[in-house]
This record gives sequence, C-alpha cells and structure tokens, in this order.
Amino acid sequence: MISTWIWSHLPGNTLVKLLVLLFVIAALVLVLFEWVFPWISESLPIQDPTIAEES
Amino acid sequence: MSDPATLQNEAAPSAPERKRPRISIVGIIGELLIFAGLLLALFVVWQLFYTDVQGDRQQAEIVQDLAWAETPEQAVETSTTQTIPDDLKETDIDPPVPSPEYQETFATFMVPRWGEGYVKPISEGVSRPDVLDPLGLGHYPENAMPGEAGNFAIAGHRTTYGKPLRNVDTLHVGDSLIVQTEDIWAVYTVTDWEIVHPSEYDVVAPTPRDVEAGTTGRFITLTTCHPLYSAAERWIVYGELEYWAPTGHGVPAELLEVPQ
Repeated sequence: MISTWIWSHLPGNTLVKLLVLLFVIAALVLVLFEWVFPWISESLPIQDPTIAEES
Repeated sequence: MSDPATLQNEAAPSAPERKRPRISIVGIIGELLIFAGLLLALFVVWQLFYTDVQGDRQQAEIVQDLAWAETPEQAVETSTTQTIPDDLKETDIDPPVPSPEYQETFATFMVPRWGEGYVKPISEGVSRPDVLDPLGLGHYPENAMPGEAGNFAIAGHRTTYGKPLRNVDTLHVGDSLIVQTEDIWAVYTVTDWEIVHPSEYDVVAPTPRDVEAGTTGRFITLTTCHPLYSAAERWIVYGELEYWAPTGHGVPAELLEVPQ
C-alpha cells in the first residue's frame, strides 16, 4: 500500500521517520493553505457578496 | 456439530497458504480515497477557519497602518475625547472626496452596535481576489464617496476572510453606520434592510431601488451574502446620511453610544 511503502522508504529509525513525516505534512499543509486553496477558491462562486447586473 | 473447536481445527491448516498479496488494487484505490477525503476536509478547515484568522490579522494591520484612522477603542478609552460640535455638521453640501486608486484603502467603517473593537478598512473595488478577500470591505467603484450625494455602496464577506459583515442581521433601523476618511467623518443611519437576488443591481443605484430617480439624497448600501455559508441571495442594508463633518474636531457622538 502507499502509506506502508512511504513508511518503509523513509530513512532512519521510527522516531526519525515520524519527525520527517510530520515535517513533510506541515510543509504540504502550508503550500495548500497559502497557494493551492486560495487559487481553487477563486474559481468557486460560493462566497461572492457583491451585486452584479449579470446573473 | 457446530462445536467451535471442530470448526477451528478444520480451518486452521488452510490459513498459512492464503497469504495476502503485498499490493492490491482495491487497497490502493481505498487509500487514494482516504487521501482525497483528508484533502477536502483540509480545504473546509482552510475556508471556514484559516481565512478568518488571516483576514482578521491583515485587516487589523491595514487599519493600523492608516495614520489618520481613529479607532472607537481609543475614543472610548480616552476620557477627554471630544465629540463633533453641531456647527461643523453638514448635511446638504458635498464633502472633500478622496479619489482612490483601484485596491487603495481610503476609509474605515465602524458600527457602534458591533462593539468598540469593530473597525474595518474600506478599499476601492469589489473584486473578490483583489479586494474583498485580502482587504475586507470593498467600495463599488461607480458609486458615490462617503458623505457625497448619491449612494455610498460597499460589499463585504459575511462568512470567511475576516467576515467584516458577519453580524449584518443584528442591525436595527436607526442604528448608526460610521465612515471615516482622511478628511471627514460621515454618520449614516440604517433605514431598511431586505434580502434580494444577486442580480438586483438597482440596490446600489444612486437612489437605491429607483434607477430612474437619479441622485436624490445621500445614501449608504451594504451588500453581503445570504444565507450564511452560501451566496444564493444577498442581504442588503440601506441607510441615509445623518451628517458629515471634517476630521480633527473630535469624534461623532454616535461612536460612543452603545445602542440598546
């Protein structure tokens, strides 16, 4: 499986693996929060508070 | 016959031969679905929680960076705060109007009913990615400026991105809406509210709800989302100018009053 494959390919002992994994997840969340999600949200019209002539 | 011991004895020999394969297609699809679910959950956390954290911080910084902005908190805490004398209040001539660039923050918005901590920046334009998401409240660029004849119309989020108009449903007729620019204070009073379809553009007309009438007074219109967490409709608040007055002669008395 993907998760077991990733786990077995991480370097070091269990503690090091855990730290590396946490770091990677934190970096991933940062990239998603700062760039990916804002970009996706722009194309979703679900938050528009303005009034416009064209419906 | 159905003695558990017998069943166990029959099943036991075959168990070691049926080893689970190391890679299974169903397993991988299942894992991908779990990841997709986590990603969606993360998006919801970002949209509903993180954009508020970010928005509140950014909008507070914007107000702090405006050297001329007077906050209600300062006014309430300082015992020597002066209120604007009546002879400086104007109701029927135009004030000096700012001519902001697109995205420029040119005013602040205060609502006594929403507490002394409530002060939000107003910037030029109503585009979501350029103005409303990062900067807070946005001014419809075609519309009048604070205090000017016509309709000072602004839009803002009701949920997410610092939600500047979150409590729009708590406003009463007669509540004060206070706008400050570098040059003037403009005090408006809420006259009405309604829920409309997003295409009903005449709510921001110079005379709200009457395009034919042209400019007949000094109005304010707030537009925001309705219902919460949706954009199917718009919540509209209408108000009329009480007076405007130059800055530097105290704060509007309305700013210090807590409405019941």
